[in-house]
Amino acid sequence: MLEIKNLHVKLEDEDKVILKGLSLTVPKGEVHAIMGPNGSGKSTLAYVLAGRDGYEVTDGDILWNGESILDMEPDERAAKGVFLAFQYPMEIPGVAGLTFLRTATNALRKKRGQDELTTPAFLKLVKEKGAELNIDIEMLKRPVNVGFSGGEKKRSEILQMALLEPTLCVLDETDSGLDIDALRVVSDGVNALRNKDRAMLVITHYQRLLNHIVPDKVHVLADGKIQKTGGKELALELEKSGYADYTGKAA
Amino acid sequence: MAAVKETIDQVKEIDVDQYKYGFETKIESVKAPKGLDESTVRYISAQKNEPQWMLDWRLDAFQRWKAMTEPTWAKVHYPKIDFQDQYYYSAPKSTTGPKSLDDVDPQLLETYKKLGIPLREQEMLAGVQSSRVAVDAVFDSVSVVTTFKDELKKAGVIFCSFSEAVREHPELVKKYLGSVVPQSDNYYAALNAAVFSDGSFVYIPEGVRCPMELSTYFRINEKNTGQFERTLIIADRGAYVSYLEGCTAPMRDEHQLHAAVVELVALDDAEIKYSTVQNWYPGDKNGKGGIYNFVTKRGDCRGHHSKISWTQVETGSAITWKYPSCILRGDYSRGEFYSIAVSNGYQQVDSGTKMIHLGKNSSSRIISKGIAAGHSQNTYRGLVSAHRKATGVRNFTNCDSLLIGDKCGAHTVPYIEAKNSSAHFEHEATTSKISDDTLFYCRQRGLTSEEAVALVVNGFVRDVLQQLPMEFMAETQKLIGISLEGSVG
Repeated sequence: MLEIKNLHVKLEDEDKVILKGLSLTVPKGEVHAIMGPNGSGKSTLAYVLAGRDGYEVTDGDILWNGESILDMEPDERAAKGVFLAFQYPMEIPGVAGLTFLRTATNALRKKRGQDELTTPAFLKLVKEKGAELNIDIEMLKRPVNVGFSGGEKKRSEILQMALLEPTLCVLDETDSGLDIDALRVVSDGVNALRNKDRAMLVITHYQRLLNHIVPDKVHVLADGKIQKTGGKELALELEKSGYADYTGKAA
Repeated sequence: MAAVKETIDQVKEIDVDQYKYGFETKIESVKAPKGLDESTVRYISAQKNEPQWMLDWRLDAFQRWKAMTEPTWAKVHYPKIDFQDQYYYSAPKSTTGPKSLDDVDPQLLETYKKLGIPLREQEMLAGVQSSRVAVDAVFDSVSVVTTFKDELKKAGVIFCSFSEAVREHPELVKKYLGSVVPQSDNYYAALNAAVFSDGSFVYIPEGVRCPMELSTYFRINEKNTGQFERTLIIADRGAYVSYLEGCTAPMRDEHQLHAAVVELVALDDAEIKYSTVQNWYPGDKNGKGGIYNFVTKRGDCRGHHSKISWTQVETGSAITWKYPSCILRGDYSRGEFYSIAVSNGYQQVDSGTKMIHLGKNSSSRIISKGIAAGHSQNTYRGLVSAHRKATGVRNFTNCDSLLIGDKCGAHTVPYIEAKNSSAHFEHEATTSKISDDTLFYCRQRGLTSEEAVALVVNGFVRDVLQQLPMEFMAETQKLIGISLEGSVG
């Protein structure tokens, strides 16, 4: 279970407060959506969960399975099952996707006390996951994200998510820059990964993603706090009325 | 940015005590008196029982050197070197020249074993490596042993120490010595010509493909001693050789001087592949100590369709001043330069190449990857030129620099001179930084910061790594990782 308690976050180098007492609970097996206007702190929440530098937590805590993860390095959090699907995945020239994933898989397995996979065993696993998710693994022969289209980048993120077997998945604006077909492939992938041991937090601007990934709950994030929580119908409501009710101005 | 701050802290903590070759071998040595004058040159020549012509050649070089001044155009800064405060010759007492392994001081064998260079042939044969490498081991000023000599001899290949070549093959030495790098080529080359101590000599006869990799392993041990080795490799018509050079030195507080000269000659249809893994002691975290590496390496593609390929991995030395070059004299000759230069701490690297196109339809390719971390400065300096009569020549240059942290510098200084309109020169250059975002991306996927840097850097240098002989690829990947340890937070 993910428990975010009264989280206050400011930028490390500026006096800018972004999250102002955010509280949220996502039980295992559930998918929660976070919606909110630009600048409400959605991406900050994703980064702080994953442990990116540049943010200072001034108050509150984040517990994953009852354990605070705030003092953990990003790779330690990854070993605990935290996975962030990036809005803008980074390019790594010269490093083939397969090399990157094998290195990451084995680094995580080592940290989780599992045996490292041999190259043939790893390749077999990649093929299986690719087939399950209907994602062509051909792109893993190319350098990580270099020259990838928006759709390829997101598909690659989902494939990574499947391989690294996380238990807490945070998807940051996974729908941005996708056409309808790509959106379907990505959503199908996410749905295939839903299971009773996994908690998912889907961050998005738009309701349309939630037609494909149907959430258990929807939270409205504005001005650094959760302003309202409801069922999947809340998303539809927002689509009609916008965020004006929560920000005091038209979004 | 927190990561950058941490980087700086980490860089401050870099202990180059990670340099794992920093041990010293206690061994008695014979040394020339300190300082340099004509008598030093005579002393060295006499120690080696050299013929008169060799001594005359050295003395001539010494006269020229005295009239020259140290070059200052490179982007490296160091206190003035006192050339009189150095020893110019040092040899382990027990060895007067290469002989059979049984006569070699066991302590020396132990030293090379510690460096990971087994010199006993049976040990090499027992190794898992399927391909064998013949080694010439140079300790301070002398070659202590050359392996696999008999087997090479059967193929007609001459692979021996330079001193031995002067004695045994004077006609070849006279013909080629100084024909690529003349005595007065530059300040350090002239100094080397006067006082060079030993090095390797290779001759591959016509039509012979050298049956194994050849390699020379240089080790500076003695304190305050400069190493001035000289290597001469000749590939006769249609011959092929692949050669690897490795270097290390103990950790010392004083700077030590290394001024080597390498000359390569490739005749018609011949090919020489020369690889270097340079790992001289780089100095400590404050820039104290370390080797001053002033090296002149040049290959002459003298014959038509000849080919010379330089591959270098530079991770060591406090100062590197080195431009392995190709003179593309033969028509349709080809020159290649692949370089990885990693600098950390307070290292200063000024390195690159020259591709001098004199022959028609000659071609060259330059791939240079510079990686700067810590407070280091990393400069690529290169020249590509086409002679007035050299029509149809081509060059492709790609220089990429990668910065780690914000206290280091990367510089690219390419010179391009085309004196005829048919030359086709391409130049690409990029400078990038390992961004905090890239590191975060890797770390989110489970890599530690050091694993992340190693992964990104190895991706960055991949094109060049692929040029290295198989045996050294894995080792080099590891070496790059070690050189950059502590470079990020």
